[in-house]
Amino acid sequence: MSGPLRKFQGSEGVSRRDLVVGATLVGGALLVGCSPADLMSAGSKVNVGAFGPFIQFDPDGAVTVLSKHIEFGQGSSTGLAAIVAEELDADWTRVKVVSAPANAKLYGNTTLGIQLTGGSSAISNSWEQLRKAGAGARAMFVQAAAAHWNVPAGEITVKDGVVGHASGKSAGFGELLVEAAKVAPPENPTLKDPKTFTLVGTARVQRKDSLAKSTGTARYTQDVQLPDMLVAMVAHAPRFGASVKSFDADAAKKVAGVVDVYQIPTGVAVVADNTYAARMGREALKVEWDEGKAETRSSATIAQQWRDIAAGKGPSDLKWQAFDSKGDASVASGGKGAEVFETAYDFPYLAHATMEPMNCVAIVDGNKVKLIHGSQAQTLDQMNAAKIVKTLPGSVEIETLFAGGSFGRRANFTSDYVAECVTIAQKVGHGRPVKLVWTREDDMRAGYYRPLVHHAVRIRLDKDGYPASWRHRIVTQSIMKDSPMPSKGPEGPAIEGTAGSPYFKATPIVDAQLALPEGGVPVLWWRSVGATHTAFVMEHTIDQLALKAGKDPVEYRRALYAKAGEQGARHLAALNLAVEKAGPTATPGFTRGVAVHESFGSVVAQVAEVKLVDGEPRVGRVVTAIDCGVAVSPDQIAAQMEGGTCYGLSAALYGEITLTDGRVDQSNFDTYRVLRMNEAPVVETYVVPSGNAPSGVGEPGTPVIAPAVANALLALSKTPTGRLPFVRAQG
Amino acid sequence: MTSTLDINGKAVVVKAAPETPLLWVLRDELGLTGTKFGCGMAQCGACTVHVNGDPVRSCVTPIEALAGAKIATIESLGGTHPLQQAWVKHDVPQCGYCQSGQIMSAAALLAAAKSPSDQDIDNAMSGNICRCGAYQRIRAAIKDAAGLTAAPVVAAPAAKPVASNDVDDEIAAASGSTSRGVGQ
Repeated sequence: MSGPLRKFQGSEGVSRRDLVVGATLVGGALLVGCSPADLMSAGSKVNVGAFGPFIQFDPDGAVTVLSKHIEFGQGSSTGLAAIVAEELDADWTRVKVVSAPANAKLYGNTTLGIQLTGGSSAISNSWEQLRKAGAGARAMFVQAAAAHWNVPAGEITVKDGVVGHASGKSAGFGELLVEAAKVAPPENPTLKDPKTFTLVGTARVQRKDSLAKSTGTARYTQDVQLPDMLVAMVAHAPRFGASVKSFDADAAKKVAGVVDVYQIPTGVAVVADNTYAARMGREALKVEWDEGKAETRSSATIAQQWRDIAAGKGPSDLKWQAFDSKGDASVASGGKGAEVFETAYDFPYLAHATMEPMNCVAIVDGNKVKLIHGSQAQTLDQMNAAKIVKTLPGSVEIETLFAGGSFGRRANFTSDYVAECVTIAQKVGHGRPVKLVWTREDDMRAGYYRPLVHHAVRIRLDKDGYPASWRHRIVTQSIMKDSPMPSKGPEGPAIEGTAGSPYFKATPIVDAQLALPEGGVPVLWWRSVGATHTAFVMEHTIDQLALKAGKDPVEYRRALYAKAGEQGARHLAALNLAVEKAGPTATPGFTRGVAVHESFGSVVAQVAEVKLVDGEPRVGRVVTAIDCGVAVSPDQIAAQMEGGTCYGLSAALYGEITLTDGRVDQSNFDTYRVLRMNEAPVVETYVVPSGNAPSGVGEPGTPVIAPAVANALLALSKTPTGRLPFVRAQG
Repeated sequence: MTSTLDINGKAVVVKAAPETPLLWVLRDELGLTGTKFGCGMAQCGACTVHVNGDPVRSCVTPIEALAGAKIATIESLGGTHPLQQAWVKHDVPQCGYCQSGQIMSAAALLAAAKSPSDQDIDNAMSGNICRCGAYQRIRAAIKDAAGLTAAPVVAAPAAKPVASNDVDDEIAAASGSTSRGVGQ
């Protein structure tokens, strides 16, 4: 759900042309002058039926919608099917949804140009595309019926998959299928007025996968079993950047079920007949590592370096990039005493810690590749697999399965574990399937963490206690470094949410800059990306300013949103709805905190009720208001607010990956504590009525809870929070 | 060398070595993939099965410890168990990977307590991690299923004294219904 929506956009000066160059290089520079979609689809075998790439019909009229996006919990496959069913006027109970093949030309994200699920864009980028697909297919049935019955098309009705006419004639999609398939698809079918929707926006949009996921029959990568399949596990280096110096596989090869052992770029792979044998074989390996190029710093050292950089004591060759500036920056640096408020924040590395650890199934036969896995970024996985076997990206076939969570982890520029699996499958060769299994420990120690981040804030206040100038420094590690499309401006994922803040709009002088020092720890987007830290900094700072000014935090925000004008209007509406629904008084024993943040086009406001239990924050009721445009599936929006809040709260309370001399200290859920049933809040969700096109839902519910909790604790104890998580295992 | 296990009411002969965790025998040898691998050290509950009716983490249970024991997996519930119906009704699953384990823990709870309190649910379910954070719906679905399975009420139960510092009960009381209120 997390994702690189903004990474590929024009704001960073990245054009589709840049992507072609990148793709061409990794693909082996075989095609020049093709569009990226052509290039990445070359070699694909996708049969598109009469009704287009997204809709198929069974002879009995049942509808299958092809989802170009992975389903890993966010519920978008159901939402996408509902959009089609609405315009098609299908019988929702006879609509099913399956994963589309990998093909960037047919199934590219319309926002990104490649096939990738991210940036909370699954519904928003598909909205028009699937409405047209559904309406187009409907028009074909209407045409077919009109011709068959010899009546004007304008008199035909369609309801619940039944085409009808006032004369009493009626026929199901199945009966008209052959004739309808012969009708030329309309270029621009008429779309419904959203006011007439009968499915989208209703409680009838229930998940299509709930039963399979409640019976153990939903198929994940971990469940793939194929004839003759081998299971692989890899011994990875204990420090990032280390490589294999030597290894002894004698004992490993003696383990019953172990088939072979290979050295690969990421470590030493053991392949075996089954998972347990692969694990036992790996335990029997002896590996010596070359750590000459390894990251050996501790996370505490890195955090101190980030703080030093923010304080102007960094290396002289490190560049600062301005991302928001207006007015005289020297004013923002000046001033003293009561008119100045200074604060700083430290955020740790975070693991995604999906329930299903990373894994992949690959079949390599010569330069033919088939991948079977929960692919979040099919096009990237195709590019990286193609690079290994030296073929065209489009000829890498992918069967996308359910994934047991991702939160951003399964989409990265190196396709790390996918590439590892392809490398092993190539060694095995002969088209023999290989399932790469990572243990929880592999997964937790493999990096691709939300980066360690430091913010330093210095605000001069006007006579009424509102910001007159705002100096902001962000220090973090680039998550776009491995991108084939290097960003030209300040890195969006590092600043989004501070950049574009309505509070900046409301402040006359702003001097905001970003520094991206190098680091050896692989880092990545993590559900809600930049907002994971910027929402906290902006929203907790605001409450501290309100406290200093002696004003109510809600009123203080309202005043700033008014100053921000249009840029604060949706924030104000969401805030007002959450405050209204929360009611005037907190639950006895609890203290309230409020926070509001916009991410992925949606604004979320929360009122959280918090108390301390044995010194740890415990969150009870959380009233949430979201403005996400048209609500396609209200209940799934609620589910994402519930889940997003838990995910954000888990990290805020406990989440922290630390390194000691470059070694990751955590390895499993005993050392990386996550939110459990007895600690879970109760989230109420209210949707701000909107006629706008749908915007993000999967991520925007995540970043708001942490500042809301910090603000409640500030109200409770007058103590601000300068470092997350709230509860730490070690100092 | 083989062992015989009683799985979902059938005697099953397996080839795996005696120290092999039940999880891998179920998944790799028997193809019962509803039971999931999550952590390998009894921290997350994704691998929960029933052994003689008790919820057990199959990832740390060697098959040599299971001679004569009755093992039941998610596949034994058949798809129409009241918990499974409630899970579908409430749209509990998101990614779904933990849900077999959640349902098996909940099934053991309901077998032991027909009308579980919030504290009972916390106690029984806190060993099962859901990273999607479906906890609120899991709780609601368990209560719903408890209603489905409850014996006819013949007498009002005596009111239980509630400790005033029981934060979970307070949260539950404060939040009122756990139903999914959606504006608009």
